[in-house]
Amino acid sequence: MPSPPTIHIDSLARRFGPRWAVARVTMELPPGASCMLTGANGSGKSTLLRCLATALKPHEGGIRFGNRDLWAHRDEIRPKIAYLAHQLHLYDDLSQRDNIDVWARMGGLSADADALLTRVGLDPKRNDPVRALSAGMKRRLALARILIKAPELLLLDEPFGALDPDGRQLVVDVVREIQNRGTTLVLATHLPTSAIHICDRAVVMEAGQIIWHGPSGDLP
Amino acid sequence: MSRLKWEHVVGILGLLGMIGGHYAGLFVAPPERMMGDVGRIFYVHVPVAILSMLMFSVSGLAAFGYLMSGRMGFDWLVESTVEVGVMLSTLLLILGSVWARPTWGVWWTWDPRLITATVLLLTFVGVMLLRGATTNPEKRATWSSVATLIAWVNVPITYKSVQWWRSLHQIQTPQDAISEPMRIVYYENMIAMILVLVWFVAWRWRIAKATAMAEAPEPLPAEVSP
Amino acid sequence: MIRQTLSVLRKELLVEWRDRSRISGLFFFAMAIVILMAFASPSEGVLKQQAGGILWIGLLLASTRSLDQSFATEMEHGALEGLMLWPVDPRAVFYGKALANTLVLLMVALAIVPLLFGMYGAEVRGSIPVLLGFLVFGCAAIGAPGTLFGGIVAQARGSSVLLPLLLFPLVIPAVLAAAKGTTVVMEGDPMGQGRSWLGLLVAFNAVHWSLSGLFFGRVVEDG
Repeated sequence: MPSPPTIHIDSLARRFGPRWAVARVTMELPPGASCMLTGANGSGKSTLLRCLATALKPHEGGIRFGNRDLWAHRDEIRPKIAYLAHQLHLYDDLSQRDNIDVWARMGGLSADADALLTRVGLDPKRNDPVRALSAGMKRRLALARILIKAPELLLLDEPFGALDPDGRQLVVDVVREIQNRGTTLVLATHLPTSAIHICDRAVVMEAGQIIWHGPSGDLP
Repeated sequence: MSRLKWEHVVGILGLLGMIGGHYAGLFVAPPERMMGDVGRIFYVHVPVAILSMLMFSVSGLAAFGYLMSGRMGFDWLVESTVEVGVMLSTLLLILGSVWARPTWGVWWTWDPRLITATVLLLTFVGVMLLRGATTNPEKRATWSSVATLIAWVNVPITYKSVQWWRSLHQIQTPQDAISEPMRIVYYENMIAMILVLVWFVAWRWRIAKATAMAEAPEPLPAEVSP
Repeated sequence: MIRQTLSVLRKELLVEWRDRSRISGLFFFAMAIVILMAFASPSEGVLKQQAGGILWIGLLLASTRSLDQSFATEMEHGALEGLMLWPVDPRAVFYGKALANTLVLLMVALAIVPLLFGMYGAEVRGSIPVLLGFLVFGCAAIGAPGTLFGGIVAQARGSSVLLPLLLFPLVIPAVLAAAKGTTVVMEGDPMGQGRSWLGLLVAFNAVHWSLSGLFFGRVVEDG
């Protein structure tokens, strides 16, 4: 699996209406880095993550994936990014297996639905539509969906939400597996205690700017 | 006193021209050979028809300009030309109706020219409604530009409708079939109307720009070095 | 891109199949319109003549529901954004969805036609393949711009009334051609007008299937 390039975030700014959600952020993610974004609600973590995921276009500054501008080359770079968002990107009317199947086909990828579902602790034989699943199970399915890809950059937005302790441990285990392949990880959470085990570095954001960064063990 | 903007000068000239042109059309020009005095509406109806289609074509070009460049100036031009175009189209249908009553005997008929003209008006009204329903300025600009380009497809269809289908409406009259005094009055009205429309569009563009400026973002704070 | 389009189409049809209540809901909606219109008509003879037109009114009104539903599934969990980020080529997303929407409408149309025979005493004196041609191209004419505008309206929150306002004026020429053509074929096409109406319908489809596909990407993506 190819190793990810260094990701440079250069004076990035993004607003919604008149308000700047990310107001000049500069940071660097070396290959294989694991970085936690933390801060209160509304500090800009999710917005920064969405810019990295190419869901939002920067208004000022930019992001470079290696030496290529991320937005300009987003069509080529998107297959290398796996993004677990607030929104689950699932189809309520389809079953768990259907969802995995459908997303794999649309991406031109092959996926062993049984293996993926088992890996995230779901029963592959269950044929109920996703709308009948609990919030925690839907989250696990969303995680299984992004595992279809073998990404160079893994972006997780509040991955521990709605999960019981087993579920949280599952996320930690799965992420560690992906990290062992050299994938760069950026994880946004407002509960840093769960993420400390998988992130070397931490960044604290407030009002769209970075106010602290350092090893995650040193988090204030 | 602030300097008078150029478009107001143009507009006043245009209004004067229209007063003159209307007077000429009603009292000076000879009556039309077959329709008599009823035919005098020709001096307003035809310019309004041509200018409404031209106006929507400008909208289309502005929309294309926005999609290619992303510059908001083009979006403001879309906003102003679509509004003025809708006003013209509405006027056109009213004038046409007034002309139809004495000549065809009815206020309205299901005729290809009338149907396509109405469809054209409604599609651009749809663009205005879409703009009104969207709060995000960038999405508003993108979506209304797309909707404008799609609506523009109806312009050539409306124009050609009298040639493609059997219609009660006259086909376009060649220039030399119109007598000289009538042609002069026609051009006077046309030019005056163009001046007035340029005035409207420019003024409306400034309003759109001012509204956009009022929504402008707060300045970016300086970068914090932790 | 063709493979992606087909996989999107497959996904759309799978969603329709899994929740079959939706397409039957559409059928009943269209049927209700067809029945109600019958009450508005003065006589049975008139009803028979109007059958073609009423079919298309029913389909057009049902289409807004079907288009709304098609995008509701995408917005529930943000799947539309998920498609763009996966990435799936936006043109594939458009053509897959537009084809699925067309097929759904066509199935409703095919289910309504026997109803017209039964309730309106309509009959087909002209060529059945031509009638099918009008059904196919008429549904497609609603499907393509409907999918484009559906994509816009789904993102403009709380504007379910906006879709008919945007879509209906645009597709009037096509629905007119389809309605006239259907009526003409049912009467046996004595004056040979069928071909020109079909030509108009095909031209409309050619223009709008290409334009809508071209613009769909811009309309669903941010930036």
